[in-house]
Amino acid sequence: MKKKYSIFSIARNAFSGHKNWPKMWRSPEPREFYDAVIIGGGGHGLGTAYYLAKEHGLKNIALIEKGWLGGGNTGRNTTIIRSNYLWDDSAHLYEHSLKLWENLSQELNYNVMFSQRGVMNLAHNEHDIKEIKRRVSANNLNGIDSEWLSKEEIQKMVPIMNTDNLRYPVLGASFQPRGGVARHDAIAWGFAMRADEMGVDIIQNCEAKQIRTKNGKIEGVETSKGFIRANKIGVVASGHTGVLAETAGVRLPLQSKPLQALVSEPIKPIINTVVMSSAVHAYVSQSDKGELVIGAGTDSYNSFTQRGGFNIIEETIRAMVELYPVFGKMKMLRQWGGIVDICPDASPIISKCDVQGLFFNCGWGTGGFKATPGSANVFAHTIAKNEPHQINAAFNLDRFVSGKLVDEHGAAAVAH
Amino acid sequence: MLLIDCPYCGPRDQSEFSNGGEAHVKRPDGSEEISDREWGEYVFIRSNPKGLFYERWVHTHGCRKWFNCIRDTSTDEILEVYKLDDPQPPMKKFENKIKTPSGEPDVGSGNFTVKK
Repeated sequence: MKKKYSIFSIARNAFSGHKNWPKMWRSPEPREFYDAVIIGGGGHGLGTAYYLAKEHGLKNIALIEKGWLGGGNTGRNTTIIRSNYLWDDSAHLYEHSLKLWENLSQELNYNVMFSQRGVMNLAHNEHDIKEIKRRVSANNLNGIDSEWLSKEEIQKMVPIMNTDNLRYPVLGASFQPRGGVARHDAIAWGFAMRADEMGVDIIQNCEAKQIRTKNGKIEGVETSKGFIRANKIGVVASGHTGVLAETAGVRLPLQSKPLQALVSEPIKPIINTVVMSSAVHAYVSQSDKGELVIGAGTDSYNSFTQRGGFNIIEETIRAMVELYPVFGKMKMLRQWGGIVDICPDASPIISKCDVQGLFFNCGWGTGGFKATPGSANVFAHTIAKNEPHQINAAFNLDRFVSGKLVDEHGAAAVAH
Repeated sequence: MLLIDCPYCGPRDQSEFSNGGEAHVKRPDGSEEISDREWGEYVFIRSNPKGLFYERWVHTHGCRKWFNCIRDTSTDEILEVYKLDDPQPPMKKFENKIKTPSGEPDVGSGNFTVKK
């Protein structure tokens, strides 16, 4: 039955003390065989299952997840959404995603709390100004809203920012008004609920142990709940994608590193947009609960510990306090790390590989959340048709043979 | 943050060091003959294991010397530090703390979403 949320369902359930809300998705045991198995129950994976069922009519789909849904990087990021990327290929991919975000709450009938409060990227030196102005022009040529803000305009929008009295003064910024933030859990839960309604088996606490292949063709996946045969397998396991690929004999150009974030105690509304600064390495927005959501950097070394070093937090806080002296006396509530898989060109891989029936959606590195619906959408297309969508054609594995990279280090939120 | 035992200076804070990625990567011979795929492998692909890993560090803000170590990437424990001209120590003398390729160790992981 289609679960519909409305003001009436809230009122009805209020009368019964909110005890009769239906389960959002089933918890089935895995069957023996599926047409497609998605490994990884984050936003990208759940979205892939959703679009496979919805747009490509696949009936027999399973999604397996080691922990719980959205408990990896979907639940650990800073939820920033924007599409102001430099190169055409990335601009098209992220803009495709942003357009899906704009209608996602309606499409899923589930509030993903997408708030288009704008995203600002600060320039602190002559080089930043040139790079950012170039990016604004490139965005405009691709039909993406992006504008250059003067220092005075920034001060008007974010009066708490210290623009002059710091080592790297703020000289201007790019601004994408359609950018913003969304609720990270909601995107996972919304996709999960609607995928489940279309018959996708979502299996949690089921760890993929080994991807089995035979004569260059996929056989299935060995899991903690037994062996599951499959015609196609899509691996969307962020930091662990490379580890799983290795079990199928595929080497991916990925390095896994911890990326940290932290939130402050909740305060009254003080900052109504998203401000990022690559040069001084700090980005911040305020959640609907009132917490400041602050993104830090990656550690320099490979690790799967989901913690990250404290020196990284110190650097970020130093930059935050310099940019916003008013935050200096605030307390930080929580700090955590997620394991991100970074590609040599800071662009993702959404691609098939040499093993028939094996597909990868990985390498999102430090900025995958914004791409969740777009990445899922084109990855579902790639799995269903065995061919990439024209939007993700450039993000294939062959680029690490041909050298035709999509170098987006400059458009990353902060230099990692 | 890691405490790294520099083979020349002794244990120092990680912030004095820079990471150099995977150790013992060999540039392929016969650069005229090898295929684009082999070059791509050498240029772009590095091992990324969960568990035991040979890696390089340089004591940037110290003696500025390079050295290698074996570190467990599932716990961040540094198991052995050795100089560049020392023979590559075998990995098998150390226990792998994870049971499955993407499993979690009993101690040392910040991933609390996985039931033990």
